[in-house]
Amino acid sequence: MSATRPRPSRIGDALAQVGACGLFLFQLIGAIPKSLRHIKETIRQVWFVGAMSLVIIMTCGLFVGMVLGLQLYDVLSRFGSAAMSGTVVALALYRELGPVVTALLFAGRAGTSITAEIGLMRATDQLAAMEMMAVDPLAYVATPRFLAGIVAMPLLVCVFNALAILGAHVVCVTWLGLDNGTFWSNMTTNVDVWTDVVNGVWKSAAFGAVVALIAVFQGYTTPPTSEGVAYATTRTVVFSSIAVLALDFVMTAFLT
Amino acid sequence: MSAANAPERTDALVQVRGLSTELNGKTIFDRLDLDVPRGKITAIMGPSGTGKTTLLRHITGQLMPDAGEIRVDGHNVPTLARGELFDLREKIGYLFQNSALLTDFTVFENVAFPLRQHLKLPEEILRNIVLTKLQAVGLRGAAELMPSELSGGMARRVALARAIVRDPMLILYDEPFVGLDPIALNQILKLIRTLNDTLGITSILVAHEFAAVGRAADHVYLIAGGKVAAQGTPAELARGESDWTRQFFGGEADGPVPFQYPARDYAADLGFPPSGRTERAR
Amino acid sequence: MAQRRSYQVGTGLFILLGFAALAYLATQTTSVANFRQGDTYTLKASFTNIGQLKLRSPVKLAGVRIGSVSAIELDPVKLQASVKLSIDRHYSELPDDSSAAIFTSGLLGDQYVGVQPGGSPDMFKDGDEFLLTQSSLQLEDLIGKFLVSGSPKPAEQDAAKPSADNHQKE
Repeated sequence: MSATRPRPSRIGDALAQVGACGLFLFQLIGAIPKSLRHIKETIRQVWFVGAMSLVIIMTCGLFVGMVLGLQLYDVLSRFGSAAMSGTVVALALYRELGPVVTALLFAGRAGTSITAEIGLMRATDQLAAMEMMAVDPLAYVATPRFLAGIVAMPLLVCVFNALAILGAHVVCVTWLGLDNGTFWSNMTTNVDVWTDVVNGVWKSAAFGAVVALIAVFQGYTTPPTSEGVAYATTRTVVFSSIAVLALDFVMTAFLT
Repeated sequence: MSAANAPERTDALVQVRGLSTELNGKTIFDRLDLDVPRGKITAIMGPSGTGKTTLLRHITGQLMPDAGEIRVDGHNVPTLARGELFDLREKIGYLFQNSALLTDFTVFENVAFPLRQHLKLPEEILRNIVLTKLQAVGLRGAAELMPSELSGGMARRVALARAIVRDPMLILYDEPFVGLDPIALNQILKLIRTLNDTLGITSILVAHEFAAVGRAADHVYLIAGGKVAAQGTPAELARGESDWTRQFFGGEADGPVPFQYPARDYAADLGFPPSGRTERAR
Repeated sequence: MAQRRSYQVGTGLFILLGFAALAYLATQTTSVANFRQGDTYTLKASFTNIGQLKLRSPVKLAGVRIGSVSAIELDPVKLQASVKLSIDRHYSELPDDSSAAIFTSGLLGDQYVGVQPGGSPDMFKDGDEFLLTQSSLQLEDLIGKFLVSGSPKPAEQDAAKPSADNHQKE
């Protein structure tokens, strides 16, 4: 197996890279059965990709919830509907902000580290060494990280949302004086498990797949130089941000 | 170049016939023929950029040649399916130039890696095998260190322990002496010799250092210009009967391998009237 | 290996945390939270227009939640909305001449069924129907009427009498 080395300097190359990324997805999916033999590696990656992102996700979730609470309480009060603050916060979070913000943070925190790690493994011949030990690096290195992204993202989104609701509750109820019962009962009547919460979970799993795919692809195909790895991490953040927002639009159009 | 004293075909573990490769528009090999006898240490030498590492990658099927046949233990590598290739690779050890240890595992886990991936051994047996191999390279005490805590020579010895952990029939050494101090160099050299003598492992050694190679190798191929430029025992080559061997082993700056990279007319490049002198192409 | 073990435990905790968060979101912040009601009994009420009333909208008496909307159907004969209300057994002492009305909390808020207690000595039994109902206040109707009649206070008049037209809001 030789590494393909795309140079996205020209416009045609960008298209070629999208194509290569798509083919890479099929390779990853094809390697899933083999990677189940390395299930421990997948578990380890869930730890690195997911649990290690918890702190940033929880902090950002809390602040996003507090800001949403402040803004929405202020705006809704003008229409005499401050009681709806909790509902709007929850709906905005579950349907959009939770998955999207978490995916962007995930790309910055976990995506870059996946790209850099795989890129350095390529640069230091670790991937070639696995090939030589008759271990398929696609099944041992790439696919576990891809799967870990799919598993970890929905869980991170749930944590993010829970913290954001808490933040909004602190602002609206404790700080701005909205009635506690009103906050919750309004939310519970208007938020639906399936259309809001579960759809958000599907969405975030898709985002996790996209971010992890791009991160693994960039790391796997980067030129094995320090410059190459640096560019690849940048590209991971840029491409996965674009891909997440575009996919968000498509999924929102089809899911709701 | 005709092979004057080519070993008999039957005892060659690796046979290369008519190998041709082009990489990025540059011809690396041009109908190369080469035999690696079983149970011996064969050195492959040559100026930088002649594709010695590429040859190793051909032998292990990491890179497919444009044409030619590479038989390893009877299997023609370029035609093998991925699964068969992996089966073959389980019998080959490969020592990378930069050791290529897995950075997030300890020394012990690095050496244990091939065993864990391919065999379901009880932990106790696995531990014994790994410690035996580490003892062989003199690093049993370093078992719990991380690769980042090792010096270059130690990392290479760990990589060697990992390469032999499954008792391969063939070991490929890619530039094992580069960047080592004389002590570490001699340690590696001794290991290569010992492994070959005690385990009867066939070895292919790619290196520049003729002094070191001369002490280890049974047979030396000098590759230049995509072909075998000279071959023989180290002593034969050291006598320097051709331009190639004289330049390479004598370490002359100019010769069949030109000092000047092919270029335009020198005077014209500097803006003077052309002198008609161009640097000759290789 | 001790190292590997701790990863597995850590990953397990992480996954547990994620599912706990999901469970919290699903059960505490959504309509699922309203399902955990104990014993209920059902009352029926017909409205000419239910506006934005939805399944599981709250039923309130004096502002206190006493149950929720359990079914909304269109009565094919009367062409009215037939709404079933699940009332908590805890509040079984409702006079049978109580009235039900659809209110909006706030200007743009959620709609709910408000119960005004009557004075009858007899109490509602399971399956009884509210005789007095008052439909949802249609903001569009009010504005329309205000524009046509030029009446300064259309809201009060209309709120007292449910609008007779079967204007179906989308």
